[in-house]
Amino acid sequence: MASYSTVSLPTVTTIHKTALYELHIELGAKMVPFADYQMPLQYSKGIIHEHLHCRNQASLFDISHMGQCSLKGSSAAIGLEKLTPAIISRLGSGRQQYTVLTNSDGGIIDDIVVTRLGQELTIVVNAACKEKDFKHLRKQLSNDCQLQELSEHALLALQGPSSSHVLQQVAPEACRLQFMQACRTEIDDIPCMISRSGYTGEDGFEISLPNRFAEKMARILLNFPEVEPAGLGARDTLRLEAGLSLYGHELDEKTTPIEAGLSWLIKNTHQSYPGAGTLLNQMQNGTEIQRVGLLVEAKMPVRENAPVFDNEDKLVGRVTSGSFSPSLGRPIALALIDTEAAVIGATLFTRVRNNLIKLTVCDLPFVPHRYHRS
Amino acid sequence: MSDLPENLKYAKTHEWAKLESDNVVRVGITEFAQAELGDLVFIELPKVGRVVKADEQCAVVESVKTASDLFSPVSGEIVSVNEELSDAPEQVNDDAYDAWLFCVKADNPAELDTLLDASAYGQLIAE
Repeated sequence: MASYSTVSLPTVTTIHKTALYELHIELGAKMVPFADYQMPLQYSKGIIHEHLHCRNQASLFDISHMGQCSLKGSSAAIGLEKLTPAIISRLGSGRQQYTVLTNSDGGIIDDIVVTRLGQELTIVVNAACKEKDFKHLRKQLSNDCQLQELSEHALLALQGPSSSHVLQQVAPEACRLQFMQACRTEIDDIPCMISRSGYTGEDGFEISLPNRFAEKMARILLNFPEVEPAGLGARDTLRLEAGLSLYGHELDEKTTPIEAGLSWLIKNTHQSYPGAGTLLNQMQNGTEIQRVGLLVEAKMPVRENAPVFDNEDKLVGRVTSGSFSPSLGRPIALALIDTEAAVIGATLFTRVRNNLIKLTVCDLPFVPHRYHRS
Repeated sequence: MSDLPENLKYAKTHEWAKLESDNVVRVGITEFAQAELGDLVFIELPKVGRVVKADEQCAVVESVKTASDLFSPVSGEIVSVNEELSDAPEQVNDDAYDAWLFCVKADNPAELDTLLDASAYGQLIAE
């Protein structure tokens, strides 16, 4: 900033780089700002190619912008359990749980993944929610629970049907994991935590490791002929096809997990977390709105915030994510709409630039998940 | 960015324009524009017969991530559109100077003189 300034300026957002920034540039990435990070939107072959490559072989994503932290202390699991609908105290070592941090209205502060290895819990949170989440956790967890931000850690995702064949050659023990299991291991002497998880709908792994080894690890994986780099553009179309919600789109502080299609996260036996009363009530009595999948019956993509109407032209909701589906070769969307209108097979409508477009409410996911479960 | 065809005129909004016989101006988007947009998945073309003014929005190109407006470089009447693009918008990614979008019969072809030549457009996109 200009040094002559004498007034205090609003906080200037720093644009961070991940440990793989130089590698992205070398690989021809188009970099874009995302949640205060310079991230690869795509590489030279483009989003559609990267998307299909992930569905057919294996793709490497840099997701180091996401927040990682560890929770230690005897009260960590019990403490975290009071902030989420997940029964963290019964999460076994080597297991992962997808859940949400809720507010007192049952709205979603963030969607997170909790992993337990021995007595230690690690949490992965959304990049844009990092500060908010860590502040919330520090405030709510008791003093004998230590939260340590893993800001010196990178996170790589290797996703796609060939991922396990690749990892078999460098970390065979990781290939024994089932979906949502994790272990600590080494790849070429690099210490890392590997989990069998991801957000593409494909079998795949996420690898957390110290920043200083990230580039070496990425190069080891990219060296396999099956593996190509993929950016955030493909990550978004892959998760959309997999019917997976994205924070800030389907999920936010005003939307409950029940409305957002995450009622499977709620257990009747766990009632002591913020908003539990509201959520259990919604489980029993339903919600006024709900998340649905929409097949767009036109070639024109329908984007976020497009209005959704019923056949009497009544506004019933809005699109929360919309894009072209490379696997299906047509536009698809997720929307939050009135429950009355959320009937599988029903015809709804939207308008894009004065074009009336037909939408068909459909089952999710758009493209079947292929997670590795025994 | 190299190899900008010398026989075309360029708009600051990244359309190219080529004057053909009978005052017909053929319009497409530049190589720079297609590379910035990435994979195109839909192109909304104007209706043949529509009368447009110079700089009037008259087409939309949509990539996986975004939708971008296109503008007519000259005033006149839309006399033809490239129908092939409705099934194959990726033709623009493959060859932006071959895959034209629409043709306008210009009221005043001299309007093209206000556009950039290859060297001026080259400077613009180098910035």
